Amino acid sequence: MRKQPLSGLAGTALKQGVLLLAAFFALVPTLFMILTALKSDEEYAIDKLGFPDSPVIENFRAVLVDSPFLAWMANSVLLVIGAVLLSTIVSGLAAYAIACMEFKGRETLLALSTSLMAVPPVVMIVPLFVLYTQLGLISTYQGTILIYAGLITPFSVYLLTTFFRTVPKELFESARIDGAGPFLILIKIVLPLSLPAIVTLVVVNSLYVWNDLLIAIIFLQDDAKRTLVAGISVFQGRYNNQVPLTMAGMVIASAPMLILYIVFQKHFIRGLMAGAIK
Amino acid sequence: MTTQSRLVPYLYIAPLLLLLAFVFGYPLVRIFEFSFKMVRGIDGPWIGLRNYQLVLGQDLFWESVLHNLQLLLAIPAMVVISLIVSVLLYERVAGWRLYRIIVFVPFVLAIPIIAVVMKRMFQFSGPVNEVLRWLSLDFLALDWIGSSDVALWTVMILIVWRESALGIILFLARLLSLDESMIEAAKIEGANWWQRLRYIILPQMRGVIEFFVVVSVITMLAAVFAYVFVMGGGRGGPGTATMVVELYIFNALIRTSLPGIASAASVLLFLVSVLLIFPLFRARRRVRKLEA
Repeated sequence: MRKQPLSGLAGTALKQGVLLLAAFFALVPTLFMILTALKSDEEYAIDKLGFPDSPVIENFRAVLVDSPFLAWMANSVLLVIGAVLLSTIVSGLAAYAIACMEFKGRETLLALSTSLMAVPPVVMIVPLFVLYTQLGLISTYQGTILIYAGLITPFSVYLLTTFFRTVPKELFESARIDGAGPFLILIKIVLPLSLPAIVTLVVVNSLYVWNDLLIAIIFLQDDAKRTLVAGISVFQGRYNNQVPLTMAGMVIASAPMLILYIVFQKHFIRGLMAGAIK
Repeated sequence: MTTQSRLVPYLYIAPLLLLLAFVFGYPLVRIFEFSFKMVRGIDGPWIGLRNYQLVLGQDLFWESVLHNLQLLLAIPAMVVISLIVSVLLYERVAGWRLYRIIVFVPFVLAIPIIAVVMKRMFQFSGPVNEVLRWLSLDFLALDWIGSSDVALWTVMILIVWRESALGIILFLARLLSLDESMIEAAKIEGANWWQRLRYIILPQMRGVIEFFVVVSVITMLAAVFAYVFVMGGGRGGPGTATMVVELYIFNALIRTSLPGIASAASVLLFLVSVLLIFPLFRARRRVRKLEA
């Protein structure tokens, strides 16, 4: 029998080493951000890497007083909820029809919608910007929500159709015999069975809307309507030399997603793994 | 009754059709129209191919294209890193659950946030260079952000750091759907770790690797705005060192108010993405079939 060099102790150590390194690199920016946020400007000037000697929280207070972080966050939350909700309803109805009903052009519709996933969002902005300027929709939540909902919908349709097709047809038949209409079947049978797919949808789509910069910076130009991510891009230039202050801002900005991720890690990981094929 | 029930599906797809027509259909028609017009405000006269001549005759546009193409060099690194980490996670190396939570973190954090943090880390007098000097690697202590020769490579480090997390997620999902009995059988046959990876695992990963590569090509060519915007100070700086096509379109639309020029560049970008749709579809179909 052949020797198995990597299954021994050295192999295990090597594997652990590689994963430790990967974990270290994955966490370094987060650690740097948190540790630096707790330092004073003077301490950061001398010590850029170590743990803070006497942690200060002044930076956090200063950032919250100086910059409308909480208002930006509220704007982001509003956009996420609006866009994800709208997209889920629209794509849920359509995916149900595509997966469970017969009609002309069904496959064409699915192929068309799916292929839109590969079109970069930047291609759509020019005409929408011109149109929105004309209609006075620049810097309005409803206008921006509509764009976000549209951009995430091809993925939603694709995911939900794939999932709805796995729901056993016998369930529909028996419900139909009991006199239930198609809408009732969607609400009472298909949706409850599709919770895992909907969790995936909410995770992937919320991350997209929450993290997007391009649409936010173009369509919400009013300072009071900025999203968190767009606000940061404005904010970071302002305190160029006060690194600890900037880092305090970044800690606050990343806290909501990090906390959600840690609390709901099971749903996030399942959602990300199921939703990665987009 | 029958006409009514024949109409029912169309009621269900009507909202979708409206939404897609508005967000995709309308813009995709209008960019072609605008690209042949001199748009001032909301419309303007037809000017034939003048916008295209202007865009294609501008050094800045070609420099941006070249930068997007240079970003493609990040893809091999992303594939290798994602493969190694995902295979180790799949083997359930001790502590894999914790490792999995950690290596997904880059994908959860917003790109601009990380860009702001990394920009400070890579400052000339920042912590990265401090570590490099401490390791006596002074020749590597570059002006990562401020030098126009290096800045785009620094952006690539950020891109590799984040997009590898997507690769790990994708590859791990594929690995978890593999038939474990084959790997067990190979173990019993005496195949070592490397042989199992090379002859059993990798061949079955071909589809998902291909998919990841195509998705990443689309990203590098047309979806790096958030990375570049913060790292390059909103202007693709220093100088034009981190200018990309998306930023070119953004500048033409917002900063110089030339929607016609922006549309011509958008059309070119759209045509490239259309070319990539076919390999993307083929790869996705193959992955779905294997995972089903």
